Amino acid sequence: MTGSERRLGRLEWQAMRGVMVREVVNYSSFWRSSTFSSTVDPTIYLLAFGFGFGSLVSRVAGHSYVAFVGTGIVATTVLFSGAFTAMYSTFIKYQFQHTYDAILAAPVDTEELVTGEALWVAARTGVYGCVPMLVAMVFGLTPSWGMLLVPGIAGLAGYGWACFGIFIAAKSSKIESFSYWQSGLLTPLFLVAGTFFPLTKLPEWAQVLGNFNPLFHCVQLVRHVVFATESLADVGHLAFLTGFALVSWRLAIHFMERKLIL
Amino acid sequence: MRGFVKRFGSITAVAGLDLDVPAGSCVGLLGPNGAGKSTTMKALTAQVIADAGELEVLGYQLPADSKQARAQMGVVPQLDNLDVSLTVEQNLIVFAHLYRVAGRARGAAVDRALSVANLTERRQAKVDELSGGMRRRLLIARALLHEPRLLLLDEPTVGLDPQVRQELWALIDRLRGEGVSILMSTHYIEEAERLCDTVTIMSHGKVVAVGPPQTLIREHAGGEALEVYGPPARLAEVEALAQARGWRTRRTGTSVAVLSTNGAVDIEGVRRVANLEDVFVLLTGEEIE
Repeated sequence: MTGSERRLGRLEWQAMRGVMVREVVNYSSFWRSSTFSSTVDPTIYLLAFGFGFGSLVSRVAGHSYVAFVGTGIVATTVLFSGAFTAMYSTFIKYQFQHTYDAILAAPVDTEELVTGEALWVAARTGVYGCVPMLVAMVFGLTPSWGMLLVPGIAGLAGYGWACFGIFIAAKSSKIESFSYWQSGLLTPLFLVAGTFFPLTKLPEWAQVLGNFNPLFHCVQLVRHVVFATESLADVGHLAFLTGFALVSWRLAIHFMERKLIL
Repeated sequence: MRGFVKRFGSITAVAGLDLDVPAGSCVGLLGPNGAGKSTTMKALTAQVIADAGELEVLGYQLPADSKQARAQMGVVPQLDNLDVSLTVEQNLIVFAHLYRVAGRARGAAVDRALSVANLTERRQAKVDELSGGMRRRLLIARALLHEPRLLLLDEPTVGLDPQVRQELWALIDRLRGEGVSILMSTHYIEEAERLCDTVTIMSHGKVVAVGPPQTLIREHAGGEALEVYGPPARLAEVEALAQARGWRTRRTGTSVAVLSTNGAVDIEGVRRVANLEDVFVLLTGEEIE
């Protein structure tokens, strides 16, 4: 050991970059299927709801229905591409590929592992989040400068959901347990996010609960920047998404440590 | 490693283990399944945290400075954890990043690891096209990218054909010759006898013997063994006879080996040189749990 040697600290960029390099190189071998599932699902929702409901309802909250859904659907992509990707990939890497054993034998700590993987999922989610919005533009959503902020919002929300997905995977000893989380938590959140209909049409208790749904805050923020109707409330939405990301991040690290370090 | 203890719930996996790997030597951790070998290996990378005891690797205290230690340590796991959809080269590039090989040195590190493991020709092959032996060599190559000072090999040849195993032995022996310290866990006795300068024999989480293989053989089994074949009744008879004369015996399934006789045997049988397997069975017991 030499005196000039730098002591390795926490959350080092080199370690997280290594984790992300692994993800990016692996992604090069399955990007087609991953991009397909992350973007085609929300696009189908967009088209189904857009044309289905769009023929019954012409305007919602002052916007054409296609514009309303085309912006709200960003949050759906965030959920699919953030939480679901993180849940399944974390579980598979842990249980079947033993990838984490190899990574943690290198100078990488659980904290860096979780953060690196979540950052990569967040980056993908930021890009994928825009795809259904771009499709909606073909069907009449008016382009706006505010759309340039959407990858950032989807990325932030995506980071929170990626961490939440890792947390779910860390808490699950069998992949079957995912059903409880999906049906019991994620599906209700997905439906009560204001994506397909405004929460104001729901009973009051549901509206109150909706305020605790990170997807709702993501939907609001996206609509406000795209339609240029920002207000002070958006600071609150942004703060909620940031808080959600921070809490999920620490939860994911805590429970992954419990799972990986015996 | 001093007094390392690890419990999982009510089960004590390792109960006070002392272990030293002198620089540049190859140390074998020998024991039956469940003796605590893998737990011990995982403790050295801080993937298992000790309940008691002092662990120091390459001058770093664990778990506090384990990251520093891991930066100078290579690990070949028992379970294959390669990225199977990637090529041989891609696997190595990824781990060159994880082991922080500097950008300009990365290509050379990958080339060198490929050549050490004799995989240069398979550089572009996908991992799922490789044979078991090649995959194991790739795991070793991956552990050597950052030129570690200490190499941990957890059951390096388990499940491989004899030819492939010998090829890996040659590779491990070459690495030791280059001055890399090696700690290897194995339950293949021949492997430890051939490769290790010293072995630590574990049973039920405790050390039962430590020393160079030849010394252990001399101390516990004597220089020569007499192998007596016959029907079960004859074998029992031989056992009783040996016991009466104070000789140790072990069953090998089809025969009884009479040990520590110092050559003064009056029983008919095949003489052979005593080996580490004799010591191993004497010390860890014949019963399968």
